[in-house]
Amino acid sequence: MSDADIDHDGFADGEAPAARVTHVSGTGIPVRGNDIDTDQIIPARFMKVVTFDGLGQFAFFDQRFDDEDNEKDHPFNEEKYKGANVLVANANFGCGSSREHAPQALMRWGIDAVVGESFAEIFAGNCLALGIPTVTADTESIEALQDFVEENPDAEIDIDVEAETVTYGDETVDADVSEAQRKALVEGVWDTTALMGANGDAVKATARSLPYVPDDHVPADDAASEGAVGDD
Amino acid sequence: MGEGTLYDKVWDRHKVTALPTGQDQLFVGLHLVHEVTSPQAFGMLKERDREVAFPKRTHATVDHIVPTGNRDRPYADEAAENMMAELEENVRGSGIEFSDPDSGNQGIVHVIGPEQGLTQPGMTIVCGDSHTSTHGAFGALAFGIGTSQIRDVLATGCVAMEKQKVRKIEVTGELGEGVTAKDVILTIIRKLGTDGGVGYVYEYAGEAIENLGMEGRMSICNMSIEGGARAGYVNPDETTYEWLEGTDAFADDPEKFEELKPYWESIASDDDAEYDDVVTIDGSEIEPVVTWGTTPGQGIGITEEIPHPDDLPADKADTARRAQEHMRVEPGDTMEGYEIDVAFLGSCTNARLKDLREAAAFVKGRTVDEDVRAMVVPGSQRVQRAAEAEGLDEVFTDAGFDWRDPGCSMCLGMNDDQLEGDEASASSSNRNFVGRQGSKDGRTVLMSPIMVAAAAVTGEVTDVRELKEVTVA
Repeated sequence: MSDADIDHDGFADGEAPAARVTHVSGTGIPVRGNDIDTDQIIPARFMKVVTFDGLGQFAFFDQRFDDEDNEKDHPFNEEKYKGANVLVANANFGCGSSREHAPQALMRWGIDAVVGESFAEIFAGNCLALGIPTVTADTESIEALQDFVEENPDAEIDIDVEAETVTYGDETVDADVSEAQRKALVEGVWDTTALMGANGDAVKATARSLPYVPDDHVPADDAASEGAVGDD
Repeated sequence: MGEGTLYDKVWDRHKVTALPTGQDQLFVGLHLVHEVTSPQAFGMLKERDREVAFPKRTHATVDHIVPTGNRDRPYADEAAENMMAELEENVRGSGIEFSDPDSGNQGIVHVIGPEQGLTQPGMTIVCGDSHTSTHGAFGALAFGIGTSQIRDVLATGCVAMEKQKVRKIEVTGELGEGVTAKDVILTIIRKLGTDGGVGYVYEYAGEAIENLGMEGRMSICNMSIEGGARAGYVNPDETTYEWLEGTDAFADDPEKFEELKPYWESIASDDDAEYDDVVTIDGSEIEPVVTWGTTPGQGIGITEEIPHPDDLPADKADTARRAQEHMRVEPGDTMEGYEIDVAFLGSCTNARLKDLREAAAFVKGRTVDEDVRAMVVPGSQRVQRAAEAEGLDEVFTDAGFDWRDPGCSMCLGMNDDQLEGDEASASSSNRNFVGRQGSKDGRTVLMSPIMVAAAAVTGEVTDVRELKEVTVA
């Protein structure tokens, strides 16, 4: 199987590239530390926008620049990681706010996949909605991978989403991709709007079955949706 | 997987179908919308030429960027004005009800839902905001979602989710004097970790939880996400029903209340429900908690010593070291006496009427320390009006607090209310992340509203139990 690397660039907001994501290959960038929260990934002041365009430049902004906009030590500033697309993180990465601006900023900076010890759930869900795998491995494997990337910033890392492995140098380590995420990415069915939109009548039936939903809160069936009954 | 829990029952009632992704498609009973995470989702909807599927199950307000001082339009901050204008256009074009400042119902989304009776037991509730877990206090299944999921909900009325495990957290015994719901949740997060709840929904139970009013239950469920749990809930009981009876939804419609009550009762966890995990915490041993670090899990009792990083598990040591450097605290010290520059009483965690009342009791007749800038930001316009009717605004302003208009304010520094430089803040909010309150060198100490009141008047982190409460007339 060849590299099914997806090109996230150039997509308008939400235009998820409906494609199978079986592999992500490329060079790595380590961001060390547990509990890296979404306020660090994208500070709130950069969220005063109505589109996600241009957020890439603000990824980890306060970690990368001091008050006078001088560069601080941070992997996202280092020349050697330029062009990297596999972020290697530690535990509980992406905790905190539900802001999709966080994975959007990473994606627009160039990240196509994140490998880490563990991820906050909302962050991982947001990544999936963008077709970005969040792959987990044990602490030792992650630290070894971070060391490897630091020493070999130009070396290719291959994430096999289907086989749940991460390969770098001569190493192939077992990784974990949650079942739903793996299925969605491998089968290319992570556009949940289209998927769920096909079940319109079943949704209305569920809504009508709930005692707290007044009848007039459920849109009437129309000809268009009647023909689009899903698998229910 | 557990069985017979509220989580299982609400999930089953809302499940539309199983998706080929392995996720379930869940109908969303209430979709709350605010200005920061929704504009891109509305944009995506337009691109796909779709309309809002269930506008009457959707409700919007403005909270994150709204000024808490001068609210004349256009807002002085152009970016904030643009976001507000975008939200107005999006919701008005879709037939979504909007609790805007002119309605008198505006406020933090997690305050207005419960106070208007939009939030009810047995609902699925989502919002593009991680603190949506707050609504679980009513026995709803409520969780934060990202913007792509907001698009899903707007377009289809549904979310795609994987079912999670349920951990019951039993808090036994009676809480001590000066100990609040905030101290309980900070203790839970400290014990179970900031990622302890990943993969779980938390069911809060036990005597200490049952004895809390709805405000306290909301504070606890609100911070579930700080412990990694996307949702947390309390089974509905008489306390819940009493609150609901007085809300807009039922005050004039007692028949509807009686009609829905059996449903609410039916979705509570069964006595013999099976849980994936059960944790018990002795509530009587909890003392007022403050954070010493930069994650909500880094908390200690007010009389306890700040831990030495070397004494912590290896995976916590580095984070602790960096946090202590940032906060400028020393292991072995207590947090008592830690000087503060700002006192912030507000946020979706702790800005409800009861929070303000309790804090006012410690402020009355006292004066804010001369080196402290103190502010109260009520959770909603209704809270603001109710507090003013009781004279709480005067208690606060007489003491030297700034009494502001409702919004998220300094919890996350998206409007003008921000820490400056390396200011330290005693904050009733939910996150002490570096940079959270608007300054990357700012230092946040999380605590309960009464502890914020105590810190405001003394100028330092203070054990509220040592201050005498003054009853507000």
